[in-house]
Amino acid sequence: MTTTPRPGTGPSTSPTSPASTAPGSVVDGALRLAPYWATVLRRTWKGGVISALVTPLLYVVAMGVLLGGFIEVAPGELEGATSYLAFVAPGLLAAHVMTLVIGETTYPVMSGVKWHKTFFAMHATPLGIGSIVLANVGFILLRTLVVSAFFVAVLAPFGVFTTWWGAVLAWATQALVIGAFTTPVFAFAAGLQDETAFALVFRLGMIPMFLFSGAFFPVGNLDAPLEVVARLTPLWHGVDLTRMFALGTFELGPALVHVAYLVALTALGWWWAVRRLRARMVV
Amino acid sequence: MLIHARGLRKTFGDFEAVRGIDVDVPRGQAFGFLGPNGAGKSSTMRMVAAVSPPTGGTLRILGMDPAEQSSAIKARIGVCPQEDTLDLELSVRDNLYVYGRYFGLPRKEVRARVDELLAFVQLGEKADAMVDDLSGGMKRRLTIARSLINRPEILLLDEPTTGLDPQARHVVWDRLFRLKAQGVTLVLTTHYMDEAEQLCDRLVVMDKGHIVAEGSPLELIRAHATREVAELRFGAGGAQAEHEAVAEQVAGLADRVEVLPDRLLLYSDDGERTLAQVHAAGLRPTTTLVRRATLEDVFLRLTGRTLVD
Repeated sequence: MTTTPRPGTGPSTSPTSPASTAPGSVVDGALRLAPYWATVLRRTWKGGVISALVTPLLYVVAMGVLLGGFIEVAPGELEGATSYLAFVAPGLLAAHVMTLVIGETTYPVMSGVKWHKTFFAMHATPLGIGSIVLANVGFILLRTLVVSAFFVAVLAPFGVFTTWWGAVLAWATQALVIGAFTTPVFAFAAGLQDETAFALVFRLGMIPMFLFSGAFFPVGNLDAPLEVVARLTPLWHGVDLTRMFALGTFELGPALVHVAYLVALTALGWWWAVRRLRARMVV
Repeated sequence: MLIHARGLRKTFGDFEAVRGIDVDVPRGQAFGFLGPNGAGKSSTMRMVAAVSPPTGGTLRILGMDPAEQSSAIKARIGVCPQEDTLDLELSVRDNLYVYGRYFGLPRKEVRARVDELLAFVQLGEKADAMVDDLSGGMKRRLTIARSLINRPEILLLDEPTTGLDPQARHVVWDRLFRLKAQGVTLVLTTHYMDEAEQLCDRLVVMDKGHIVAEGSPLELIRAHATREVAELRFGAGGAQAEHEAVAEQVAGLADRVEVLPDRLLLYSDDGERTLAQVHAAGLRPTTTLVRRATLEDVFLRLTGRTLVD
């Protein structure tokens, strides 16, 4: 070697170079992780864009246009929608967002705590558990919001939004759906010893919710006990709020209940996620 | 003292991993924890790295209590964990860059340090390769480079060469030697006695959560072993009973005799002379070897067991 670099000799030998510091807050720490998540995004965005454009098109053509073509009902029976396409479109949006988020918080989180141990690498630095969770959740939120925007943009030409601002609010509602699924599933995954329990999340959580939480038919069509169950799921709250904005059937009372429910679930999931990840990593 | 521990303990449920150890590491020292797997070395290292709260005792890192100021401590230490925690899907350069940013260092500064460290660990040509494509030795060197990105005052290395082939180990040792020469405080765990002998100014021998001896490698060998060792092997099968019988015959020829499953160790200050006496006594070992005593002998003496099973 021609030059002798002096790595690791400590700040004392290089008084002019900036010293590393502890983050001032959870948010400060999370921002230090932004370059990491930006690098992850740079590596994966191409596939993501194609899927973000094609998936909504497939959904809306198959479920909305083709299947919807067989469905003729009076508007009152479809929660105010004038066509099945208009009814199902906001449901597809929220349900698709749920599947994306669960995908981002199952195997990738397991990788962080077990396979690649990327969370352990982060935690060996001044970053705290809260910052690690916040950065990951923030990444999922931003990325899924972008994908949702594509989804809304693809749906819009089919005339499923009664107003442009309804479309914007339906999109913004996805932030609540993302939060309500991201933090609890992250928490669940962070404490698992292996990935077999993810099958439970998919089969007993995601798929039944996808099919029965009001995305494809009004939950009023279910028998009484099942209808109550459906109305307790986070996806129903997300679907109903999205649909209110899309169809212009907004009602303040129910809307506030939806928002409160989804925010509460996000907060509870957040608390659980930090707790479970800490229990996993600080032993 | 950069590291100061008194009566440090760590328990996991009923299992006592570390049972009250005292450790002091001054600035600039290369300090080692030597012991077999399960001795409590890694548990100790995790406590020192401020990611594992001690169950009992006192621990101060850089004068700070890890229970109160773990982030401030972690900002000033470097950690090279036993398992590489590199992001396999990121390039070599990106792994270092994003990690540098975790320490709150400015972009430009991190970029400069990345180039410097890649040169230091001889991975400059691999800068844009994916980590997944690196050999085990290269990954280890990258992990070492990563642990230096914040110019740490203490570098913690948990089993730095475990799993590497001999050539890769020597490259890692060479880099660690350079750091040592630059005055970096190194704290390492190892179950390789040659690693401990080469790299450590001072070390503690750990066994079952206790420190059983402490000193420089040379001091430990002087205190717990003789200068030389004659190794004798008898027969292909090397039956233990046969060895026990031979051990009685040679007992008077050495300061001490150890019976291992496959060989006898005769401790004396002149191995060749001891060997000559063995032959003079009419014994005919199939193979013999005279060597300098090592930390392996120290460990055997202190615990009755070998380091690497």
